[in-house]
Amino acid sequence: MSERSHDAILATERARRYRAGGALLALLAVIAAAGHYVGVFDGARLAQGVPALLELMGNMLPPDFTGWQDWIAPLIDTLAMSVAGTAIAVIASVPLAFCAARNTTPSAALYHGTRNLLNFLRTVPELIMGILFVAAVGFGPLAGVLAVGLHSIGMVGKFFAETVEHADPAPIEAVRATGAGPAQVIWHGVLPQVLPRFLDVSVYRWEYNFRASTVMGLVGAGGIGFELIGSLRILAYREVFAILLVILATVIVVDGIGSALRRRIQ
Amino acid sequence: MLEIDNLTKTYADGLQALRGCSLTVPGAEVVAVIGPSGAGKSTFIRCINRLVTPTGGSIRLDGTELTALGERGLRGVRRHIGMIFQEYNLIERLTVMENVLAGRLGAVSFMQALLRRFPQADVDRAFELLARVGLEGYENSRADALSGGQRQRVGIARALMQEPRLLLVDEPTSSLDPKVARSILALICELASELGIPALINIHDVGLALRFARRVIGLSAGEIVFDGAPAEVDEAALSRIYGADDWRDAFRQEGEEDRHVAGEGMAS
Ligand SMILES: Nc1ncnc2c1ncn2[C@@H]1O[C@H](COP(=O)(O)OP(=O)(O)OP(=O)(O)O)[C@@H](O)[C@H]1O
Ligand SMILES: [Mg+2]
Repeated sequence: MSERSHDAILATERARRYRAGGALLALLAVIAAAGHYVGVFDGARLAQGVPALLELMGNMLPPDFTGWQDWIAPLIDTLAMSVAGTAIAVIASVPLAFCAARNTTPSAALYHGTRNLLNFLRTVPELIMGILFVAAVGFGPLAGVLAVGLHSIGMVGKFFAETVEHADPAPIEAVRATGAGPAQVIWHGVLPQVLPRFLDVSVYRWEYNFRASTVMGLVGAGGIGFELIGSLRILAYREVFAILLVILATVIVVDGIGSALRRRIQ
Repeated sequence: MLEIDNLTKTYADGLQALRGCSLTVPGAEVVAVIGPSGAGKSTFIRCINRLVTPTGGSIRLDGTELTALGERGLRGVRRHIGMIFQEYNLIERLTVMENVLAGRLGAVSFMQALLRRFPQADVDRAFELLARVGLEGYENSRADALSGGQRQRVGIARALMQEPRLLLVDEPTSSLDPKVARSILALICELASELGIPALINIHDVGLALRFARRVIGLSAGEIVFDGAPAEVDEAALSRIYGADDWRDAFRQEGEEDRHVAGEGMAS
């Protein structure tokens, strides 16, 4: 290797290192500015906050479970919300996914259209959808179901579409070679390949949706979150803590059921 | 009767895979298509059922022009062209029976396929065919539980389920060990002559090709450079197909133990 090309390699190597160093410094500066802006470096306020937090925790103890009977119905609401919301999302996602997968989409326009729709649905947080649906259909679990369902379509549809795109093209081609039409190709060639993954994604999403459903009540969209915000408003911190513990316990149970279901799919 | 005239295929990237191939297969005849890797063998047979769209030329099956067909007409014709693949291309998670019945998808309505309600006659025929290819008793096994040779037998049964007027076979034995390869190829040839239909078989193994085919087509760089009986495949022909230096290698690697056997096959 000639002397000059050696130098040239060293020079590009050095330039690359400077660029990386510069990028790192810029990143640190952005983090520091953001932290300062929100007050993370405000020592005095933090110092005040710690005893306040300790006091709050003191007020929360011991948890007050006396109102437990009032939480059963909202908990069932929450569970129903997560199940119905997930079902809506899965049912809507199947046809959307076949439109949003390159290998099965009927047309390029439909492909881009559904991709954009899925991206959009993922972009709007479910709490904001909850607020909109409370305005549209009134307080209660229905608004929550619609919010959870619609937001989920964005993610479930995208995962379904990606699964379809990863399906083995060989058997699909074999089905097409028998003279099968597009619907039969999907039903017989694609669906058997993607079904286990579809189920896995659906159950996983249900676990997520149960957690999302617990906070829907904060915007009036039904479920146990409604009890939580109610107790918070009247400063009944011991009850708040009890409800939080109940939510935590049910989330653990739901996650356990979900993992067990998903293990059985494999 | 299959008539191919001046077939050309240029892929989107500008690669000329077929440069004017003509071939007439009058009736029931097993035609082996040999040639080096990249010669265009797969492109050639995939143009026939239009898994690849030809760029020029004409293909007629029993008088019907295939290159001009629309979606619907194409499906109608594909229904009667059985295809057998190197990697079997089964739907792994479905049962053997479901895979064989897939051969009837072109013939049944979507609702029937949706409910997996195939006519009883189809189911009976599937049982018969599975017995014929030696898979009696495997009807309810999942395809991914079978060996390579067994899977290819399912692939053959699926193609026969179509009541084909033509068999297209792309490297049916390349993923199998030599003994199984021979039995699979023998089965395909036997069935083609039983049904009285032409079969086009792409095959790497020249020895096997000479042994089983009635006619050999040599493809090289997208052109048919040989068309004759197995007995006519001599050194000159092979060097035309594979290039002057390469054919010995091609022959030795792939046909070693079949070379002398090929002689027997031709004599009988
Ligand atoms: N979809 C495609 N797009 C572009 N080029 C392709 C495509 N499929 C095949 N080719 C090219 O066309 C030529 C012929 O390919 P083909 O698969 O028909 O050859 P083959 O004789 O079947 O080879 P092999 O023995 O390896 O299977 C090759 O050069 C290949 O790279
Ligand atoms: Mg090939």
